[in-house]
This record gives sequence, C-alpha cells and structure tokens, in this order.
Amino acid sequence: MRTLTKSVSNKLLAAGALALSLALPAQAAINVLTCEPEWAALTTELAGDKASVSSATNALQDPHRVEARPGLIARTRNADLLVCTGLDLEAGWLPLLVQQSGNAKIAKGQPGYFEAGSFVPRLDVPAKLDRAEGDVHAFGNPHVHLNPHNIALISAQLAKRLAAIDPANAAYYAARQADFAGRWSQAMRKWETQAAPLRGLTLVEHHRNMEYLMSWLGMRQVGTLEPKPGVEPSAAQLGQLLAQLQQQPAKLVLRAAYQDERASNWLSQRAHIPAVVVPFTVGADKESGDLFALFDTTVQRLTQAVK
Amino acid sequence: MFKHSVMTVAIAAAFALPLSAGAAESPELAAIRAQIQEMKQSYEARLQALEQRLQDAQAAVAEAQNAAASAQQANAPAAPAAPAPAAPTTAAAGDNSFNPSISLVLGGTFSNLSQDPSTYRFGGFMPPVGEVGPGSRSFNLGESELTMAANIDPMFAGQLTFALTGENEASVEEAFVRTRELGGGTNVKAGRFLSGVGYLNAQHSHTWDFVDAPLAYQAFFGGQYKPDGVQVRWLAPFNTFLEVGAEVGSGRSFPGNDRNKNGFNATSVFAHAGDDIGDSASWRAGLSYLRTGAADRAYEFDGIPNAFSGKSSIWMADAVYKWAPNGNPTRTNFKLQGEYMRRKESGTLAAGELADAYASTQSGWYLQGVYQFMPNWRAGLRFDRLSSGTPFIGLVDSGALGMDAFPALVRYKPQRSSVMLDWSPSEFSRLRLQFARDEARPGQTDNQVYLQYIMSLGAHAGHTF
Repeated sequence: MRTLTKSVSNKLLAAGALALSLALPAQAAINVLTCEPEWAALTTELAGDKASVSSATNALQDPHRVEARPGLIARTRNADLLVCTGLDLEAGWLPLLVQQSGNAKIAKGQPGYFEAGSFVPRLDVPAKLDRAEGDVHAFGNPHVHLNPHNIALISAQLAKRLAAIDPANAAYYAARQADFAGRWSQAMRKWETQAAPLRGLTLVEHHRNMEYLMSWLGMRQVGTLEPKPGVEPSAAQLGQLLAQLQQQPAKLVLRAAYQDERASNWLSQRAHIPAVVVPFTVGADKESGDLFALFDTTVQRLTQAVK
Repeated sequence: MFKHSVMTVAIAAAFALPLSAGAAESPELAAIRAQIQEMKQSYEARLQALEQRLQDAQAAVAEAQNAAASAQQANAPAAPAAPAPAAPTTAAAGDNSFNPSISLVLGGTFSNLSQDPSTYRFGGFMPPVGEVGPGSRSFNLGESELTMAANIDPMFAGQLTFALTGENEASVEEAFVRTRELGGGTNVKAGRFLSGVGYLNAQHSHTWDFVDAPLAYQAFFGGQYKPDGVQVRWLAPFNTFLEVGAEVGSGRSFPGNDRNKNGFNATSVFAHAGDDIGDSASWRAGLSYLRTGAADRAYEFDGIPNAFSGKSSIWMADAVYKWAPNGNPTRTNFKLQGEYMRRKESGTLAAGELADAYASTQSGWYLQGVYQFMPNWRAGLRFDRLSSGTPFIGLVDSGALGMDAFPALVRYKPQRSSVMLDWSPSEFSRLRLQFARDEARPGQTDNQVYLQYIMSLGAHAGHTF
C-alpha cells in the first residue's frame, strides 16, 4: 500500500514537473551552427531537442568554396556553438563569418568553437607547402568524416563539448552519446563485413576527398580527375589520366554528389569502368537522411559497382 | 557453483524463451544456450574493449599531429580541450612563430588610351584629389599591396596594408587595430581603414570586378573613402542580416581636407541589410551618409586657381545580388551590383582674391553585372553616369565674374560604358581584358583598352560578400 502511494505520488510529481516544464518557456535550446551537414547530423544525434541545429552549407555545396553570405553572418551571430571540420577546409569563409558576426563565444580557441578534424589522425599531411601544388591543406586532408571510426572519436569529444557549453544537460548528452556509440560500433561492424570485397580495390577519384573512406575500407587511389587539388580537370589532363590507367587499371571512378559529373562520366565511358557517386555527406540524396544512412548508401553503392 | 549458475541461467532462459519452447527443453540444451550467450557477451565485451583501445590510440595520434602542427605554425588549429599531451616539441617553436601573416598582391596593366590621360577630368565637377582617371599609357605597374595581419592578444587584432605604387611611392592604404571578442555583435576598428559606407568602398581594389573604380567613386571620394578614425559596427541578433555602423574621422580624406581642427571632422553612418533567397541567391542592400568638410580645398583648371571651403555631405544607396546554382559558385555564378551617390556641398568658393557663396548638388551611379559562364572565365558589363547639376556660384550670380572664370563647373553629364573578360586559373591569379568608352570630358570620347594581371601571394584572407 505504501509503495503504491509512493509510486502514485511519484507519478504526480513527474506529471507536475512535466506540466511545469510545458507551462514555463522551454529551457532555451542551445544554438548550434555547423559548417557541414555531417556535423549537424552528429550534433542532432547527441543533443536531440536540446539543441537547435543548422548547417551553414548543404550537401550539394563544395565546402571549400562558400561565400560569406549575409544570411550566414546573421546565423553565426546567434550561435552558441560552432561545429566545423577545421584543418583549413573552411579557411576561405569561416574566419570572415566569425569576425563579422561579432560573436565572441565562437572564436577560435573558445569552447564555442569545435574543430572536429583536430580529434582524429590526419592523412596527407604535406611535407612541403607550395601553392604550385594547388590548393594544399597545411594540416592534412580535411575530409575526415568518411571514416566512421573518426565519427566515433569526434562524437565522444562533441558530447563532452556540448556538456561544457550546456552543463545543465550534461547527463543527457552523455547518455545519448553512449547510446549512439553502441549503435554506431554495431553499424561499423556491419559495414566492414559488407565492404569486405572492396579490400584492395583501385579507383580514380575526382578530388582528394575520399582518402579516409579508402583507408577505412582498404581501397587504393590510382589517380585523380583534378590534376592538382582545387584545379578543374581539363581535356588534355584527362587524356593523360586515361593513358595512365592502361598501366595501372582502376575498377571505378568515384565522385561526391556535389562534384560535377562530366569529367567522371568522360573517364567512365572511355576507360569502361563504372562511375560511382557517393552522397559524401548527409542529405545529398533521399537515401542519405542521417549518418547511418550515409554509410549504408556509400557501402552499398561501392559494393554494387564491383559486383 | 557451476550448477548454481546453470540453474539461474536456465530459469532466466525459461522466462526469456517462449513458454512452449522452455517447457519442452532439457536442462542440457538450456545449458548450451547459456554458454553460447555467455560467449557472445564476452566476445562483445572484448570487441568493445579493443575498439576503445583503437579509439584511444587514434586520439593520441591526433594529439601528436596537433602538437606537431602548432610547433610548425603559430596559427595552428585550436588545440582540443582535452588535457594536452606531454609533448616537449611545442616549446621548440622559433621566434618567427608569432610573426604576422603576410600577403602580397601584385598587379599591373597595359593600357591603350585614345585621349591624352593628362587632360582627364569629369566635366562639371571640381577635380577630385586621389586616384582618378585612367592612369598612364603603355605598361603600368599597378599598386602592389603588402598586407601584414595578426592577432595582438586575446582582445585585439591588427592589420597593415601598404600600397606601393609604380611611381616608387609607398602609402599606407590601411593600418588599423580591431577588437576580437567584444561580443554582442559589436566590432570596433581604429586607425586608417576602408570605410563601411556603400558596397564597393570596403573592398580592396584587387577584388574589384573591373580595372578601375566607378566614376562616382572617383568623383566623390577620389577613388575610395579611407578615413583615419574609429569605426563601430553592430550586427543585430536576428536571423536576417542587419548591420549598422558609425565612423568618426579626422576629415582629412577627400572630399574633406586637413582643416587644422580638433574633434570629429568627418562622421558617417551606414546600415546594411541582407538575406538569402533559397540556396542559390543572396542579396545585400544599404544606405549610408557621410558628412565632412573642407577648408581651402584648392584646385586649378585651365590655369585658374579656385578653392572651396564649407560642408560636404554624401548620401549613398547600394545593392548587390549574387546568384550561384545551389550555392556553388565554382562553375557558374552571377553578380549584379549598383550604387547611387548624391553629394551636397555648400560654403564659399574663392577665385583669386574674390570669394562668395557656393552650393551644389551632384549625383552619380553605376550598375554592373558579372557572369561566370564557365569555370575560371567571367564576363562583365558596367555603366557609369555622373550628373554635375548646375551649381550656385555667388560670384557669378552677383555678376562679379562670368561663368568663364569657372570652366570646370559648366554643367555636364559624364558617362562611361565598360566591358571586361577575365580568366582566373586559380583563386590566386587573374588576367583581365577591359574595354571602356569613356565620355567624362565634355565633347570627347576616350576609348580605353586595358590588359591587367592581379596575383596574390602568401596568406590569403577570404573575400567579403
């Protein structure tokens, strides 16, 4: 009987708290602006409705070349937390946004600035910096998110950062991170099993933005459509690449959904290899609505192409 | 012990399994099931432990890379908030690691002008002071811009831009300090800077879409308005871009001049609003007002010396619209921009020994569109127009002098049409061909052809919208 009253009173308390929380203005969700859609998806996984999350770029935009548009400056002004890849990927526009927004919380070095790329081991750190080599990233290849192990590393750090920004909900973020990490490691095992046939696969990519995906699945790049990073492919250079593929054949030509299809189709027809498009990030197509779907689709497209 | 655990597992299994199956199974079967379950669990735990070790190892690699990067460069990515690894290498950074970042812009033109550039003027306007006109014929070294910028401390950042001209002169284009973390949408700048009035004014000449500044900028600002003073900008906390700003300055820059006066001799205010239209388009529009003054701002035309003293105020309206399919400007993009300026000057105009009242209202505008039709290639079209109006000249009104004493001020409407084509093999280099038909001088047409290069070296800051 006593336990019954206790449980009833507990329920009443809970109901009261719920009513109270509904009546009072909802605890203002923290405002998170991410530079790329994958970080918006990850933040939503960890923060649920405790954060209002938006991405500065969409999945079909080249994250290297974005304009510091007025609407973006306004959104940067109101952000409590900025989640970006960093590693100079956004060097052409992010510093301007942060400076013009006059938002001190999200300046580099502040807790409000989260640089995802700094938490994972980088590939392609250049030994020498020279613009004659094209658009070189001094801190290494910034496209870190296509290895799901990196997502796992970043997710742990991001949950900590969310808790630091919004200590009231620290336990909530930690619980969601634990839940996400569990589902994520299961999914990774599934993808790794599915992608086993891709080990040792050789491919041509458009820009050097698939390095982390290749290193994860044991694939190897034998050429890029861009002659140098950030330089658009020309007919002559594509011809050279085609000749080079006679010596070193590739099984497919790979590009991200945001990249121009023409060069990759050209090579696909002449080298008689399939042109494969991967979503590259969350939201690029309707099969890639969240982080899990992104990798499901990526692994599926690759394995289908080599069947 | 074993039996006990088998029993518990068996009971647990009996509850977990459907009743019918549980009832039919022998204890041995249940035991096997339990063992499988146990193995699965321990396998799972070991996998997780291994994964954790892998993650820890990866995080350590990331931190080592961060340490190496910050040892190499002062402006490395912010170190993660995690406890810093005991990496002695970070201390090894040399004296250079705190040096400002340096960027250099090299420019030059080859010009072919059908009229003598030394006779260049805007019909109906007092000759402005500054960078005016088409420049010299043949090969010209343009302005080489040398910029050094760095954070000073957590509070301030600073920047210096030299302009080195082909005439072997060095001038300070910009030299300012700015606040870094005032917060609340506020930024303060002090020193010499490109004023926030209008649209084009705040942009360095190497980012312009044409070789030269619009006629209105040349006639009213002598190129660009660069006050020595203080600027405050505030960005409103809305989801739509709305920025207001105010500047006070010495008033030494044209249309003002050095008045040997204390206090704020030039003030300007501006407001800009902007937003996105879907993923592909954005706009920004603004209104600005500048108030300054001049004392004995002298000019000479046809050998007759004149000087203006009094107030000068300018209203500006500006708008820019940019379009890029889905926000990707790399392949194709389009930009339409236009500005209108209206200047009122009132005071006295002196001609030799005589001086009397003077008042003028003059205006100018330009409209330009630039289209990138394929990667690296852009074409642009610009139309410029100025209207001098008819000034009130007291000396003429009273009959003391005839209008022939002020030949520069005879009413005229200068205009110019320009087309350009440029090619940018990368974001760091640009080659441009421009043709202009310039009718700034009354009754004369100057056909101008320019070939220009603009190259940028070193650290390269992003371009504003």
